Amino acid sequence: MTDAELQSIEEENRELEKERKKIARDGPKLKGDALAARLDRTWKRPPGIIGWLSTVDHKEIGRRYIVTALIFLALGGVLAAVMRLQLAVPDNNLVSAARYNEIFTMHGSTMMFLFAVPVMEGVALYVIPLMVGTRATTFPRLNAFSYFLYLFGGMLLWGAFVLNIGPDVGWFAYVPLSGPQFSPGKRADIWAQMITFTEVSALAAAVVLVTTILKARAPGMTLARMPLYAWAMLVVAVMIIFSMPAIALCSSMLISDRLVGTHFYNAAEHGDPLLWQHLFWFFGHPEVYIIFLPATGFVSVIVETFCRRPVFAYPVVVLALISTGILAFGLWVHHMFATGLPRVGYSFYTAASMTVAIPTGLQIFCWLATMWDGRPRFAVPMLYVVGFIVTFVIGGLSGVMVASVPLDLQLHDTYFVVAHFHYVLIGGAVFPLLGALVYWYPKMTGRMMSETLGKISFWMIFLGFQLAFFPMHIAGLMGMPRRVYTYPAGLGLELPNLLSTIGAVVVALSVLLFVINGIVSLYRGEIASENPWDAAGLEWATGSPPPTYNFAHIPVVESRTPLWDIDGELPVVTGLRVDEKELLLTTVVAAVPDLREPIPQASPWPFISAVATAVLFISSIFSPWAILFGAIPVAIALTAWFWPKEMKRQPEPVII
Amino acid sequence: MIRPMVRAVRFTEDLSHLPTHKFGTSSLTWWGILGFMIIEGVAFALTFAAYFFLMGHEQGWPPEGRAAPNLLAGTLFTIVILLSEPVNTRIKKAALAHDVGEVRRLMPIIVVVGVVLLIIRGFEFNSLNCRWTDNAYASIVWALLLLHTTHILTDWFDTVVLYALMKTRLGFEGRRLEDVDENCMYWRYVWLLWLPIYLMIYWIPRL
Repeated sequence: MTDAELQSIEEENRELEKERKKIARDGPKLKGDALAARLDRTWKRPPGIIGWLSTVDHKEIGRRYIVTALIFLALGGVLAAVMRLQLAVPDNNLVSAARYNEIFTMHGSTMMFLFAVPVMEGVALYVIPLMVGTRATTFPRLNAFSYFLYLFGGMLLWGAFVLNIGPDVGWFAYVPLSGPQFSPGKRADIWAQMITFTEVSALAAAVVLVTTILKARAPGMTLARMPLYAWAMLVVAVMIIFSMPAIALCSSMLISDRLVGTHFYNAAEHGDPLLWQHLFWFFGHPEVYIIFLPATGFVSVIVETFCRRPVFAYPVVVLALISTGILAFGLWVHHMFATGLPRVGYSFYTAASMTVAIPTGLQIFCWLATMWDGRPRFAVPMLYVVGFIVTFVIGGLSGVMVASVPLDLQLHDTYFVVAHFHYVLIGGAVFPLLGALVYWYPKMTGRMMSETLGKISFWMIFLGFQLAFFPMHIAGLMGMPRRVYTYPAGLGLELPNLLSTIGAVVVALSVLLFVINGIVSLYRGEIASENPWDAAGLEWATGSPPPTYNFAHIPVVESRTPLWDIDGELPVVTGLRVDEKELLLTTVVAAVPDLREPIPQASPWPFISAVATAVLFISSIFSPWAILFGAIPVAIALTAWFWPKEMKRQPEPVII
Repeated sequence: MIRPMVRAVRFTEDLSHLPTHKFGTSSLTWWGILGFMIIEGVAFALTFAAYFFLMGHEQGWPPEGRAAPNLLAGTLFTIVILLSEPVNTRIKKAALAHDVGEVRRLMPIIVVVGVVLLIIRGFEFNSLNCRWTDNAYASIVWALLLLHTTHILTDWFDTVVLYALMKTRLGFEGRRLEDVDENCMYWRYVWLLWLPIYLMIYWIPRL
């Protein structure tokens, strides 16, 4: 570097310093409507289709995640209905055995990978920044990228299904069935590559959530004052980071066994099919808690609001969340009891599986205590919480039953297990999710959902669910195996199956009613105020729906239930610039203001990168060279994403 | 629709004095990179687990009286990557000291080292004495080496792009020096990961 260059840099620094003083910032001199107009100009995305593809607004991305996931829920639900119709009577031939294999594979894969995890992330991506009092998620472009990858992964799976090359190897795709010898063709590869899409997407979203929760909380929101939902999502996002690489690894090994002739799972060449099961369930078991823990976060928020009381024993709930997260990684072998294990293995994993009931039980008792001590108001979200507690406790108890090895060996692969995991997944996750959607609907749309329709659909889904899934316990105890397309008459399985089918129809109708309520209320619902439930969280301190920048001034938090504990005026900090997008970063534990962080503007490059990545992933089903050649456009797109679009130095950093 | 904050507010503190970049744990990208390092670290840890899982099934390692990989290329790779660390440390220190000139002088060395390492890596694949299609042992050894190679390659590319940016005037922005600092941190991670892999590929089969 020459002296002349140094000198010119120093000159430039002095110039920039002068300009820096002129930057407009929010504060007593710039507030109210004038401030809102300035911020709106800065934060809104470009119009049109390019703008739509370029958006980095967490609310828009979160909404897309939720809507897309609900569409996949509907698709997976249609498949469930087809299965129930097939099983309504014995010896039915509505669908063939082969088609049935595809249908249950698609149902499970769709519900786990395209509905449950993405919808939980979608809600969090929408709500968390509002709840912790910040203007955006961290890494907004990564956020946009993660959505498009998820969308493309879902389109791959369903496109393949429509083209009759959908996977048919079960949602956990056990080898050797899914290996090259027993699954020729591309069905299993489609499944494995869909996994790659959704897992990259989930990992990206998890990093966004962890960093948002740890670094972007409002000043004063120490870890000890963080909303329980934020705690739940922090634990979940960390769990995703530690568990998803397992499925990335095992599905890559599967593809390479199938495509380039490696022998990871080929017993004939000293590989081991059990390696698949270990790696799959090292991800697969935490996955269950990745779906369940966000729901416990919803429950904590809803219980608090509708009982008008902070959740009883906050530290216990937080510790329960963390210990569930840790224990979840010590349970995976209980999915493999039927494979034959050393005796110590049986005892250890039985004990561990029963242990995880303790923190979950503690949480349930904390919610019950909150209700007992508070003044519960049974609006629709609260009804879902009650439905959750009843249903989840039944599912949890049948879980403790199958944690015991002798019983598990008897019930393995029967409808008892199907009943158990639908009780914990629908009862434990979908009920609270529906409650949370009703709860945050006014925040997202500015209108209330119909209470009457809401109550009808709650009772229908709650009772219909019990009718659909309780008889499966009985069918399972009678020995009815999962994943078999029909059953013979005369074994006593007719009645439980018919009841299940009737229940499934009721559930389907209730979900339809929920959706109709959601759509109609969008136009006809009562206009919502900024805080229609009189809740305590910061997300209720801004407009409904919130402006693009969330908060005109960054709020300051002085307690765990901020909106209940201030008298009228919301304390705020000021000084963020209004002409560029800026976040306030705070310290991890104490949430002391630390940095002003520039946040990227809208950009089409995350979308283009996602397209390039999709081309790479999909073509690598057909040729290993695709990884090499496909990586070139990905590298170009990612570089363009990162590279500054203007080479002039700014008085303060911006990301364009 | 513009809806300003509906609630009345009470101004407490003006934060316009806060800096717009800091190094280390204050930096947002530091946390982002940490997140991705953990993700990759878990993937490596599980690959290691798979290696030992498969090894547990065998009478010998490598099985069937095959030869262990030849030591030369892998050992050379280890020496070169370890020798890159002093330079890496100097770049990191220069970035922390806002010494753009020093960063610009030293980064090309790391870029060249990356090329040298990739060339040696080619020879390493050639000295494994097995093909990935031979058996499970060969598959897992190739997997380890390939997985690490992707890290060398992506970090090399990343360093080239960052160097190009550091050569522009934007190199004087604090946030770019943050990038340099964190790129150095990532390079440490890449060579630290290599050490157990080196032992697993070259020395455990010799035990």
